[in-house]
Amino acid sequence: MTLTGPRKLWASLDPRLKGFVILGLCAFYPLFDQNPAHLNFLADACTFILLALGLNIVVGFAGLLDLGYAAFFAIGSYSYAMLASGQFNIHIPFWVMLFVASAIAAIFGILLGAPTLRLRGDYLAIVTLGFGEIVPQTFLNLSQWTNGPNGISALDQPVLFNYRFGLQTLPYFYVGLALVALAIVVVHNLQDSRLGRSWMAIREDELAAAHMGINTTKAKLSAFALGASFSGLAGVAYASKLNLVSPDAFQFNVSIFVLSMLVLGGMGNIYGVIAGSFLLSSLERFILPQATIFAHDLGFSQIDFSNFRFLMYGLILACIMLFRPAGLFPSRQRAAELTAGKTDETIAAHEQSMYTEAIE
Amino acid sequence: MSILALHGLTQRFGGLVAVKDLDFQIEEGTIVAMIGPNGAGKSTVFNVITGIYRPTAGSVEFNGKVIQGRKTSDIAALGIARTFQNIRLFAFMSALDNVMTGRHSRMRATLADALVRTPFAVREERLVRERALEILRFCGLERDAHSFASNLPYGAQRRLEIARALAGDPKLLLLDEPAAGMNPIEKDELIALIRRIRESGVTIFLIEHDMGLVMRISERIAVLDYGEKIAEGPPEAIRTNERVIEAYLGKPA
Amino acid sequence: MELFLQQLVNGLSLGGIYALIALGYTMVYGIIELINFAHGDVYTLGSFFTLTILTLFGIQNELHGAPLVAALLGIIAGSMLFCGVVGVLIERLAYRPLRNAPRLAPLITAIGVSFILENIMQLWQGPSPIPIPTFMPDPTYTLGGVTIEIKQIMVVTLAIVMMIALQLFVYRTKIGKAMRATAQDRDAAQLMGIDINTTIAVTFLIGSALAGAAGFVSGVYYGTTWFFNGFNAGLKAFTAAVLGGIGNLAGAMLGGFLIGLVEAFGAQYISDQWTNVIVFSLLVLVLIFRPSGLLGESLPNKV
Repeated sequence: MTLTGPRKLWASLDPRLKGFVILGLCAFYPLFDQNPAHLNFLADACTFILLALGLNIVVGFAGLLDLGYAAFFAIGSYSYAMLASGQFNIHIPFWVMLFVASAIAAIFGILLGAPTLRLRGDYLAIVTLGFGEIVPQTFLNLSQWTNGPNGISALDQPVLFNYRFGLQTLPYFYVGLALVALAIVVVHNLQDSRLGRSWMAIREDELAAAHMGINTTKAKLSAFALGASFSGLAGVAYASKLNLVSPDAFQFNVSIFVLSMLVLGGMGNIYGVIAGSFLLSSLERFILPQATIFAHDLGFSQIDFSNFRFLMYGLILACIMLFRPAGLFPSRQRAAELTAGKTDETIAAHEQSMYTEAIE
Repeated sequence: MSILALHGLTQRFGGLVAVKDLDFQIEEGTIVAMIGPNGAGKSTVFNVITGIYRPTAGSVEFNGKVIQGRKTSDIAALGIARTFQNIRLFAFMSALDNVMTGRHSRMRATLADALVRTPFAVREERLVRERALEILRFCGLERDAHSFASNLPYGAQRRLEIARALAGDPKLLLLDEPAAGMNPIEKDELIALIRRIRESGVTIFLIEHDMGLVMRISERIAVLDYGEKIAEGPPEAIRTNERVIEAYLGKPA
Repeated sequence: MELFLQQLVNGLSLGGIYALIALGYTMVYGIIELINFAHGDVYTLGSFFTLTILTLFGIQNELHGAPLVAALLGIIAGSMLFCGVVGVLIERLAYRPLRNAPRLAPLITAIGVSFILENIMQLWQGPSPIPIPTFMPDPTYTLGGVTIEIKQIMVVTLAIVMMIALQLFVYRTKIGKAMRATAQDRDAAQLMGIDINTTIAVTFLIGSALAGAAGFVSGVYYGTTWFFNGFNAGLKAFTAAVLGGIGNLAGAMLGGFLIGLVEAFGAQYISDQWTNVIVFSLLVLVLIFRPSGLLGESLPNKV
C-alpha cells in the first residue's frame, strides 16, 4: 500500500517536526478551555510524559529494567525544594534550577547505575528497586533537612521577565509543553545516533556489542544519567507547580506507574510512550473519577473507582505482557523481539516497504 | 614482526586446563587456520585473544603490543574483529544497522554530538551508512540491507557476521567456524570472500572443521588437541602428520 | 546483655517468618529463574485467610485444649492449601504462557499480579491494618531476664520443621528429584520424560503453601494484618533468599534468620526508621558483591 497526498507528506516529515506540530496545536488548547482543573491535569500529564520519556531511555533504548525510577524524580523534586525555597534560604531561580536539578539527578543516575553494571536483567531490576526504596525512605528519615513526612512547602515560584507564575496553572502548562517538546527532540536525536545504536546493540547482545568496540560501561552509565536527568526536569516542574514536596509522592507505585506507561504504549517507541503516558494519566485523573461520578448517579454511591487503580495497573501490565507484549504502538524492532516466533510475514513485508520508501 | 603472537598461553577453568602452554605466531597478510577435535580449546584461544578471558598464564601480543587482560572493547578498537561459533548477530536490528554498529570504534561522535545533532555527527552518520552499504555489497548482501538480521537465510547470516566484523576496518579477523552448516556452493562463495578479504590487507585466523576448506584456503595450519598444539605447518605437512591423524581418528587397533 | 539476648529471640522469630517466605522465592527462582514478585502477596493472603476463618467461625477469644489444636492445625492446613492453590493458579495463568519469552516479560507480569493481589486485598479488608483475634494462649517464659513467648517458639519450630520436611521431599522423593532435574536443565529433564508443567506447578504449590503458613504464623504472632504487608516482607524475604544463596534451600533458611536478626538489632541499636534502608542496602550489596550468596556457588559465564 503506498501513501498518497497528505498522509505521504505527514509520513515523510522528520519525527521531531511532527512533535513540534502536535505540541504547537496543543498550545492553542487554553483558548478553548480555561478550566483550571483541566489545565492542571494537562500540566501534570506533561510531567509524567517527561518521566516516561526518561525511563524509556533506560528501559526502552538500553534495555536496563529500572524499577526504582521514582528515586530520581524524588531527587529532582527535593533538589528544587531545598535550593529554591525558604528551607535553607537558598533561592536559585527556576530556570537555572532546571539545569541544576537535571545535573544533580544525572550524577545520581551514575552513582546508582554504577553498581548495576555487571548484573543480569532481573538482578539489575531488583537492585534498582532497592534504590527506589532507599532514596525516599532516606528523604523521610533525614527530617532535620527535609521536614520528614510533612515535606517542604512554600517553594519559590518561577518568575519570567517580571511575570510571577503565582497560583495560576496556565504558565505551568506552557512550561510543561516546552519541556516535552525539548524532550522529544533530544530523545529522537539520541535514538538516531552512534550512542543510540550502541544502546540497541547492548540490549541485543552485550558481549557482541563489546566486540564492536562499544564501551558498555560508558554507554550504560550514559543511559542512566540521561534518563535520570529527565526526572530532574520533571521534578522541578512538578515541585514548583505543586508547591510541596513530600516523600509519599515517590514510592514504588510511582515507579511502576511510569513503567506501565512504557509497557502500555510500547517500549522504545517514542510516540508510543507518550501515548501510553497520556492514556494512563487520563485514566487515573479523569476516567476513573468520572466513572465514579457516573456510578454514583446510577445509585451505587459506595463505589469509588479510584480504589481500583492498582488493580487496573496490574491488569494492564499482566495482560499486555501476555497478549500484546510490544504494547499498543509497538516499534517495529521491539514487536519483533518480543513476539519472535509469532511473526506475520505480510505485516513485516508491508512495514518494510514503508520503511524503505521513507528513507529514499 | 608477526601481527599476532601467543607465548606460553594457558587457560584454566577451575580444574580444567582448556589451553596449555600455547606458542603460536601469525604473519601479517596470511590466512592461518586452527583445527582440532571438538573441545580441543580452539574457541577458548579466540576468547582469550578478544579479551573475554584473562589467561591464567602466558601472553598475547598484537603488533608487538601486549593485549592479554585488556577489555574486549579496547582490543576491538585496536583492530581485531571476530565472528562467533554460534552466530551472535543483533537479531532484531537490520543488516545495515548491524554493520553500522560494527563501525562503532572508527566513529568519533560523542554524547554531546548525539544530544544536539551536530553537523559533524550528521555527516559522520551518512559516511558510515555509505561505507556499511559498501561492505554489504562486498559480502554480497546489498539486497538484504534492510531486513532484520534474524530473517536472513542461514548462509547470509554468516556472511553478515563477517560484514559486521569488517566494518571496523580490522587488521586481524578471527573467524570461528565460518563454514558451519553451509552447502558446497555457499562454501565456495565463502572461500572467494575470504580471499577477497585477504587481498584487501586483512590477516585471517580461522577455526574450521571442514578439512577440504581448510586445506584449500590456508597457508599454515595449527592443530590443537586437549589444549595443546600437536602440529603446525603447511597443509600438505598436516595432512600426512601421524599425530594429527591419531588425534582425529584414534590409534590404529 | 539482656537486651541483646532479647533482640536475639525477637530476631529469630521474625527470621522464621522470613525464612518460610524465602523458601518459596528460592524454590521458584531455582526452577524457572523468575523472581515471583507476587509471592509476598501470597504470604499476606495467608494471614487474610486466617482472619477470615476466625471471623467465619466466630472465634474471638482464647481457645484451649482440643478446640485450640483443631483451630491451629485446621487453619494452618487451610491456609497452606488455599495459598498453594492460588500460587498454582498464578503460575498457570500468568507465568506459564511466558516461559519462553524474554526474561523481562514474566518479571513485569509478576509485578502486575502483585498489584492485582494487593488491590484485591485492599478492597477485601480495607486500606488500614486489621486486628486478628487472639485465639492462642500465649504464656511467656523468662530465662535470665529474657522473655520468650510460646508464639516465638512456635514460629521458629515451624520454620525448622518445614525446612526439614522440604529437604526430605526434594531429596528423597521422585517429584523432588524431578524438581532438581528441571532446575538444572529444563530441556534435558523433558527429554528424560519429566513432565515439566506438573513439576513446576508442584514447586509453586509447595512454595506458596509455605508462604501461606508464614502468613498464618505472622497473623498469630503480630495479631494484625494489612494488605500491603506483602511488599515489604516479600522484598526482605527475597533479600534473605539472595543472601543465603538463591536456589539453595538451607541458604533461604539461613538468610531468613539472618535478616530477622539484622532487623531486630537494627531497630534496637540504630533506629526503627532505618531498618528498611539497612535491609535493602544489604540486598543491594549482596547482589553486587556476592550474588551467589553465602551458600551458593558462583557460576562462570559460558561463551
